[in-house]
Amino acid sequence: MSELISTAQSPWVDPHLHVWGWEIPVYLFLGGWTAGIMVLCGWALWKGQRDERPHATFSLASSGLFILAFAAISLGMLALFLDLEHKLFVWRLYVTFEPASPMSWGAWILILVYPVLLMGILLDPPLTLTNRVPQLVPLLKKLADNLTLRRITGLLAIGTGVALGIYTGILLSALGARPLWSSAILGPLFLFSGLSAAAAFAHWASPDQPEREYLAKIDNQFLASELAIVLLFLIGLTTSTEAHLQAAQLFLGGAYTAVFWVGVVGLGIVLPLIIQSLAVTHRVPHTPLAPVLVILGGLALRFVIVSAGQISHWSRL
Amino acid sequence: MNRVSRRRFLKIAGVGAGAAAAGSSFTALPGLRAAAGPSEKGIRRVPTFCDICFWKCNAIATVRDGVLWKVEGHPDDPLSQGRLCPRGTGGVGAYFDSDRLRAPLLRASVRGEERWTEVTWDEALGHVAEKMQKIKAEYGPEAVALFSHGVGGTFLKHTLKAYGSPNISAPSFAQCRGPRDVGFELTFGDPVGSPEPTDIRNARCLVLVGSHIGENMHNTQVQEFADAVGSGASIIVVDPRFSVAASKAKHFLPIKPGTDIALLLAWMNVIVDEELYDKEYVESYGFGFDAFKAEVAPFTPEWAYPETGIEPALIRETAREMARHRPATLIHPGRHGTWYGNDTQRIRAIALLNALMGSWGRKGGIYRPGHPSVPAYPYPPYPKSEKGTVDNPDHRYPFASEALTTGVREATITGEPYPVKGWLVYATNLIKTLPGQDETIKAIQNLDLLVVVDVIGSEIAGWADVVLPESTYLERYDDLNVQTFRDPFVALRQPVVESPHDQKPNWWIARELGLKLGLERYYPWKDIEEYLSHRLEAAGMSLATLKEKGLVRAPKPPLYYEDGVVPEFFTPSGKIEFYSVQLKDAGFDPVPRHTPPEPGPPGSFRLLYGRAPVHSFSRTQTNPVLSQAMDENEIWVNTDVATRFGLKGGDRVRLKNQDGVVSDPIKVRPTQAIRPDCVYMVHGFGHSSKMLKKAYRKGASDSQLITRYATDPLMGGTGMNINFVTLEQEA
Amino acid sequence: MARLGMVIDTVRCVGCMDCVVACKTENQTPEGMNRDWITYATRGRYPDLSLTIQSERCNHCDNPPCVHCCPTGASHVHDWGGMVQITREECIGCKACLASCPYDARYIHPDGYADKCTFCLHRVEKGEDPACVAVCPTHCMHFGDLDDPHSEVRKLLDSRRHHTVMPEAGTRPQIFFLE
Repeated sequence: MSELISTAQSPWVDPHLHVWGWEIPVYLFLGGWTAGIMVLCGWALWKGQRDERPHATFSLASSGLFILAFAAISLGMLALFLDLEHKLFVWRLYVTFEPASPMSWGAWILILVYPVLLMGILLDPPLTLTNRVPQLVPLLKKLADNLTLRRITGLLAIGTGVALGIYTGILLSALGARPLWSSAILGPLFLFSGLSAAAAFAHWASPDQPEREYLAKIDNQFLASELAIVLLFLIGLTTSTEAHLQAAQLFLGGAYTAVFWVGVVGLGIVLPLIIQSLAVTHRVPHTPLAPVLVILGGLALRFVIVSAGQISHWSRL
Repeated sequence: MNRVSRRRFLKIAGVGAGAAAAGSSFTALPGLRAAAGPSEKGIRRVPTFCDICFWKCNAIATVRDGVLWKVEGHPDDPLSQGRLCPRGTGGVGAYFDSDRLRAPLLRASVRGEERWTEVTWDEALGHVAEKMQKIKAEYGPEAVALFSHGVGGTFLKHTLKAYGSPNISAPSFAQCRGPRDVGFELTFGDPVGSPEPTDIRNARCLVLVGSHIGENMHNTQVQEFADAVGSGASIIVVDPRFSVAASKAKHFLPIKPGTDIALLLAWMNVIVDEELYDKEYVESYGFGFDAFKAEVAPFTPEWAYPETGIEPALIRETAREMARHRPATLIHPGRHGTWYGNDTQRIRAIALLNALMGSWGRKGGIYRPGHPSVPAYPYPPYPKSEKGTVDNPDHRYPFASEALTTGVREATITGEPYPVKGWLVYATNLIKTLPGQDETIKAIQNLDLLVVVDVIGSEIAGWADVVLPESTYLERYDDLNVQTFRDPFVALRQPVVESPHDQKPNWWIARELGLKLGLERYYPWKDIEEYLSHRLEAAGMSLATLKEKGLVRAPKPPLYYEDGVVPEFFTPSGKIEFYSVQLKDAGFDPVPRHTPPEPGPPGSFRLLYGRAPVHSFSRTQTNPVLSQAMDENEIWVNTDVATRFGLKGGDRVRLKNQDGVVSDPIKVRPTQAIRPDCVYMVHGFGHSSKMLKKAYRKGASDSQLITRYATDPLMGGTGMNINFVTLEQEA
Repeated sequence: MARLGMVIDTVRCVGCMDCVVACKTENQTPEGMNRDWITYATRGRYPDLSLTIQSERCNHCDNPPCVHCCPTGASHVHDWGGMVQITREECIGCKACLASCPYDARYIHPDGYADKCTFCLHRVEKGEDPACVAVCPTHCMHFGDLDDPHSEVRKLLDSRRHHTVMPEAGTRPQIFFLE
């Protein structure tokens, strides 16, 4: 028998670590979703697709999704900022680069994300912009017609999107004191979760039926990959040390079992995967149900991983 | 009894200069200018001595930019060796405590309701003096009693003696160390005294019978205990609980509570039977050994086994272990020994075991301390009381060598041998200190005056008519500490900062009260510095030196018989009394005997209590530093028992004792470290006084549950480990 | 190169919390937050028990995850002795370091920055021991240069069995507990 009593006192770690509330999961989700949008739209740009409608739309080749991503990542950064305890010193992120710190990488990746998003928007400028500043129209048209520029922007969007998506997971992986997080597979997991949420949203929002079909199909591929990665994640934990095994137990009988298997995996991955598989084979109609489930599932994944990770701990006895 | 020990008094005149040259220097400003001011810049260090417990370690307080910062051990201090205990280190919290008493209070409604009117010192002391004069006129001065704890009570004692009352008592005797001092005095002719002259540092075998050194934090004892442990001394611990000390022990004897005398007899039986004792020592200094030998003969380890639950083989092994290391085998006398009402005999058995080991007066045993000589202030003689003391009529407790608090309480209730109508209470929380709270409250109902002087509120202050706020030790002078010890010294307490509100030092309170009582001739000095200078100069020292140095050490005396200390035993036989004729003549066992303890009601657990290292009595729970280290107590319950009750760590239960008294909720600590038939909690928590906002109703009060006590027939000590509780789950 | 660390003798330690209280007063740590603490590990069944008491704090790790994860360099390894320190003015309060520490040694100061044991840098720079070491009434704590073969800490480590807290976390702690 063993008993451990500690007199440690800190509102941040009693009774277990709880440094991050809603802000970080929301930020991680919005970051991942933005990453997914950038990859999808970047791919469309790289392929030379173009939306000829005069106004911006939510098709992959238009700027609507980029505009939303711009808003989403900004909201995400606001959430991140709200989480900081020493807010006035936030500028300290940008007077240094710490190569060992995923968060420092993230800060700089976010700096790269903005010009790429902006470029994506300018390649199919919304009417609000062109109507207000008509002087810009000739220049913008020139840019939009430059195929090389479109392809480079697409490439950059894919690159920064993948980096952003992976970073949102690696951010947690680097915190080795929490065994649940100390797995680099969180990088791909969050990337694919971001891709699936982005594809789900685009599938739901796209004005073109063929594109919607295409997005539903690739969303299914993303969801299937995500499911596989979730299983690999758990296999990784359960085949590691006692601390990692105990962390996995949070999902295998522990406090997070129901929310993880029912919420994240069941409703967030498996059910929409089934619905969309039936939809792409035209056995059921496309409805917003599956995309909404995927998006909520992606959000739930971040909440569950951030919350459960803070409970998982190296054990002393 | 009551004989003043004729130990060596050491003159320390002239030592001051030498010590001054050797010691480091601190900068104290003269007089009360030593107090902090907002304009003060930089670091100021002031030597003084601690008051968070009775050990009186010398300390250095640091003020940074006019704000009190920290208190540390004085590097020249023989007691602390420059390292204070956690309570002393947290002493700064006493100054910052938001629950401090701030102004004199007069009761504004019925007693105990804790509704007050703030008044001026003049009004408060005028009221007290008027009441005291009235009591004196009606019942005589003896009808006012003083309860006092600690060095700060000196001047109030003086005022009360000058007023004409001899009734001055402290719970430190009948509720604490009384049985020990009487048990040793009956055996060796000297009490143990404080700080205990236990040579733990040099002991090769240390036996602790229920003493939880390390959890009780008497600084020097703990430091020397660590030295003993670190140097590989053989530690034997007897305790129903696996204490911290037990975890350091070579042998842990998980004894059935209340059966220590059986174990001690069995040990002595083995040591006598196997002739393991120090024959030369016993022959030279012992009295009545043959009769003693015959007395212990029947009490074999096999006899003791069913009584104590300790295996005979373990009893033999530990007895031999003790003998192997003698005379550097110290069976510790303990301190708080009022457990079962047979405590004097139990501790006398400990004394006898030490005598068999030849450890009294020997290196690694109990050394003979030196006492510095500083003459008392030459006051006029006090008025002689015709009635005598009230606490122990007809010497009902023939070996009581000090006044009995519980005796004063009983006289207050019964009016016999004469009425007591006024209580002055200095720095002791009688409600939590005395067993049987109902009796204390009943006594209070009979009073015409109850005055409490303290730095913080307390349950007893809640019952008072007048509450007088005292400055903390960091804000006041006190009487000198003339310290008997291995390295004797004289130390000064002096103000470091000013009192933040309308608090006053006890010397000022006692003097002002004395003047209001018309006792001017007993206060020939105008202020404390004059008093201290007078005493110090009479001893060849100066106040200036002490203010600068904090303490002056006397020459180191010889400590052991082998170093030339002359063995002297102030017993009737002049020897170590293995067999006590005076006990026999008084109708008691001349050699201790075991009586099995009364079992509790079925399904109940014996309530044991003890100390935490970060708190002193019930006086520090509001200290903002110490309360962060521990802000409530827990009830230790054996894990198997807790499982049976379906209790997990952190669950809360109420404790209900055999008389139906129910405690506040207390957290359960399921642990293997306690016998299944007992529960244990730290004393001092569970405050019910609204004056203690930060500690109010935090944890549970053991005192509240100690409704029964067994009075020691030898000296009137109150054995308190005879209460039983059940666990009442919170719905 | 100096490597500052602590060697703590669990045989002598009685778990009195003096180190905790001394740190609190010396460093004026905020209410309810401690830079050091005691653990009491009881093993066995009554009465065959053992108790291991440890005074714990930031381990000033040789492989400090808190330094690695800090995005601004506020958490850093001090030039002298490998101590892990925090520059308050560089800390943004992101709490990654709190999450990265297997010992939960850090907290966020009410003023917003991450805070923890500094090994009492302000005292050590003056040649004094950290407050917890200096106050310990059992003399169970030792502070010094682990790389110096003549230092007390090195000699103790070379002569006694010892362990660190959760070495499996891979942080290489520089606080060692003698057994």
